[in-house]
Amino acid sequence: MYPDYMMKSIQMVEKTRPKRLELAKKQGKQVFPAMSESERQAVLDNFHPDFKKDARREVRVGVNKGESLTTEVADLLESYSRVDPVIFDLNNPDHETDVLVIGAGSAGMAAAITAGINGSNVLLATKLRLGDSNSMMAQGGIQAADQKDDSPVLHYLDVMGGGHFENKPDLVKALVNDGPIAIKWLEELGVMFDKNEDGSMMVKPGGGTCRSRMHSTRDYTGAGICRVLRDEVYNMPDKIKYLEFTSIIELILDEKGQAVGAIGYHLETKQYMVIKASSIIIATGGFGRLHVRGFETTNHYGATADGLVIAYRAGANLMFMDSVQYHPTGAVFPEQILGFLCTEKIRSMGAQPVNHDGDLFVYPLEPRDIEAAAFIRECAERGKGVKTPTGKVGIWLDSPLIDLINGEGATQKYLPAMLRQYKRFDIDVIKYPMLVYPTLHYQNGGVEVDDKGETKIPGLYVAGEAVGGIHGRNRLMGNSQLDLIVFGRRSGYWASERAKKGVQFGKLTMQHVYDYEKKVAKLKIPRKKIAPIILPDYIPDHVKIKQKTTEYFGTLF
Amino acid sequence: MSEEQKMVKAFIMGEAYDVPEGSTIIMAMEYAGFQMKRGVGCREGFCGACATVYREKGDYKLKGGLACQTVVTDGMTLAQIPFVPAEKPIYDIKELTPDIDTIKTLFPTIFRCVACNTCTKACPQEIKVMDYVQALKRGDIGRAADLSFDCIRCGLCALRCPSEIVQYNAATLAQRLYGRYLNKKSPELEERIVEVENGKYEKELDELVEMPREEQSKRYYAREIKLK
Ligand SMILES: Cc1cc2nc3c(=O)[nH]c(=O)nc-3n(C[C@H](O)[C@H](O)[C@H](O)COP(=O)(O)OP(=O)(O)OC[C@H]3O[C@@H](n4cnc5c(N)ncnc54)[C@H](O)[C@@H]3O)c2cc1C
Ligand code: SF4
Ligand code: SF4
Ligand code: FES
Repeated sequence: MYPDYMMKSIQMVEKTRPKRLELAKKQGKQVFPAMSESERQAVLDNFHPDFKKDARREVRVGVNKGESLTTEVADLLESYSRVDPVIFDLNNPDHETDVLVIGAGSAGMAAAITAGINGSNVLLATKLRLGDSNSMMAQGGIQAADQKDDSPVLHYLDVMGGGHFENKPDLVKALVNDGPIAIKWLEELGVMFDKNEDGSMMVKPGGGTCRSRMHSTRDYTGAGICRVLRDEVYNMPDKIKYLEFTSIIELILDEKGQAVGAIGYHLETKQYMVIKASSIIIATGGFGRLHVRGFETTNHYGATADGLVIAYRAGANLMFMDSVQYHPTGAVFPEQILGFLCTEKIRSMGAQPVNHDGDLFVYPLEPRDIEAAAFIRECAERGKGVKTPTGKVGIWLDSPLIDLINGEGATQKYLPAMLRQYKRFDIDVIKYPMLVYPTLHYQNGGVEVDDKGETKIPGLYVAGEAVGGIHGRNRLMGNSQLDLIVFGRRSGYWASERAKKGVQFGKLTMQHVYDYEKKVAKLKIPRKKIAPIILPDYIPDHVKIKQKTTEYFGTLF
Repeated sequence: MSEEQKMVKAFIMGEAYDVPEGSTIIMAMEYAGFQMKRGVGCREGFCGACATVYREKGDYKLKGGLACQTVVTDGMTLAQIPFVPAEKPIYDIKELTPDIDTIKTLFPTIFRCVACNTCTKACPQEIKVMDYVQALKRGDIGRAADLSFDCIRCGLCALRCPSEIVQYNAATLAQRLYGRYLNKKSPELEERIVEVENGKYEKELDELVEMPREEQSKRYYAREIKLK
């Protein structure tokens, strides 16, 4: 429960609630004016963490050398390989396959299934278990323009506007045009979308959308999709072999510069393996566990940007890796759920962000970067945040409005995960608001691909959160879940087609790793700086001193 | 955690460690020095990787919970479950019928349920597990899919079941059958797909792809916002 002093602020929230409820009930009217283009720019420049001093720095090695990237990403890229590649016998691979898929979130599994159906043999290697991923955790929804008053054209405008018109247009076109087909593909696999009585999709708006086009499976949308894909992977043993607890730590190229394999590492048996493949799809997801600028994160345990590191070393180009998505509503109280996501669907269903005094200060559904920056402004500049007992600060998200607007039982029915999360810590969010603050959520940028999902390196494909370009510098809610399926399927298909045509392999080599390491060494970076880091390290310093591992950045196995 | 942090004693697989009060089981294990690989995934209650069994001081009951969601209490003894051995039948969803015959063929063990309710008591998601098993026995796929919807496949129910049933695998089948066959189809979706496949939006999208940024921006800010 909330301590007394916080309850005092809640009383003020309760006082303003009836008025705000009235506003919300006025159909079609915004409860707070949305920002103009110049207002948006001002709040971003002054309050978004990306624009703070030291948030970015020039990367000194690799394809993007000289470009300004998120500091933690630049630090990660300026690193050595986990092992000296000389120890591997590339001529005797432990596995040979048509398509190697790296990472079993929804993008990787959609790719594997598609390649398998297209007739290829697939090897799916993943860090933890199948489905242990950000995909499984998505709550709010998946966008697609399938409503009568909507169209892929409007969806296109929303995606571009959200991304500040910097997105790669051909990727956005693929995303929105394939959207409805992706939904149908999922439904035919058995995803249980929320429906109205007549079978029409129950859709909600999302931050930055001009129509209601957010499809959901309660507030377990990611799980609703990911667990179905996983079940399908289990059902295709003849086509898809999977390796769990296996992290890919490096790519293998051939003399012609094609991507032709990878080095895997089993986390439990500590064995390395050489994998040879005609095509490779990186679907390793995002980077939340880098804790950029010290932020808490919503991401799963293995979200450490491994795919970026190995692709970059192999010569792939990165896009928009100077931008980070902070989700406006991460939990700040109680301490045990610090940084956990409070889905945007809570605002889609009518909950409003209000300050210490119970006043609205922003349109509840601005694009994410704007909304997050507005929360930070309210706390930092205006001092209207609410302090927690451990000194953190937050904004109230007035969840009791949900039942008042949508009818009693709505929270229970459509936000069961949320309700359960808080109930575990004795807070009833139907009665009391939740305290939130921006949390590190999504990697807006990533590896550049074309509309087949292929990178500039022949045979190397990327799908899912590891891709850069689709969302520009700011993704809207629900468009990631959609891109996983659209580009998971596209990359799976084209990777499989490439394998079917037959690849002329040159001699396998890891020269790119040696070359890269030489450049890193020139910068006098200490040898102990290795990547990919595989898993974050949450062991406290006083224990690490005894484990003799204090100097390592990331996991040491 | 601050300096004057209060500590509690946790017995991790029988060994005593002092860990900060208020820690979840995962936080406590990491504080003690365990580098987790098994038994952890999302860390937020969505993946089911972290099933844990524990006993609390002065309580004879063996309890189950999620390590990322359960707070350690003073004197708690605990062990994580790295993996739950379970059978999972292979099937082609396109060739099934959403009825009791499918359940009989693929999950015959379901019919061994003795309605003891142990699974329901074991479920950290507070799902009425026994009720969805009973619904499956009756061939009521819709009810089974609905009741089991929030299942995260942690495996705790199956571990406690005296009849050796793997409830959650049957639940996944029910959900997929419902999604594919029983959930009413959306007419708008079908229509839109026909339009897309006939290339209805190609031209306008291609124009947008080529359009200069300023013009796009103008169209964006001028677009009408119509929310349901
Ligand atoms: C809490 C939360 C809520 C969200 N809600 C929404 C939402 O409502 N709507 C929406 O559209 N988006 C949402 N998102 C974003 C979206 O879910 C993710 O961007 C998306 O799931 C990423 O999918 P992916 O398949 O690319 O990566 P992931 O699902 O993260 O999968 C990556 C996989 O690769 C594995 N891996 C990583 N490195 C390696 C390696 N070196 N070797 C082998 N395997 C590796 C990982 O273990 C993991 O299994 C949410 C994200 C989070 C975290
Ligand atoms: S039904 Fe079983 S597997 Fe699913 S969450 Fe409950 S106990 Fe875990
Ligand atoms: S524990 Fe097994 S036997 Fe008992 S009610 Fe649950 S499914 Fe039936
Ligand atoms: S770690 Fe995913 S449910 Fe606990």
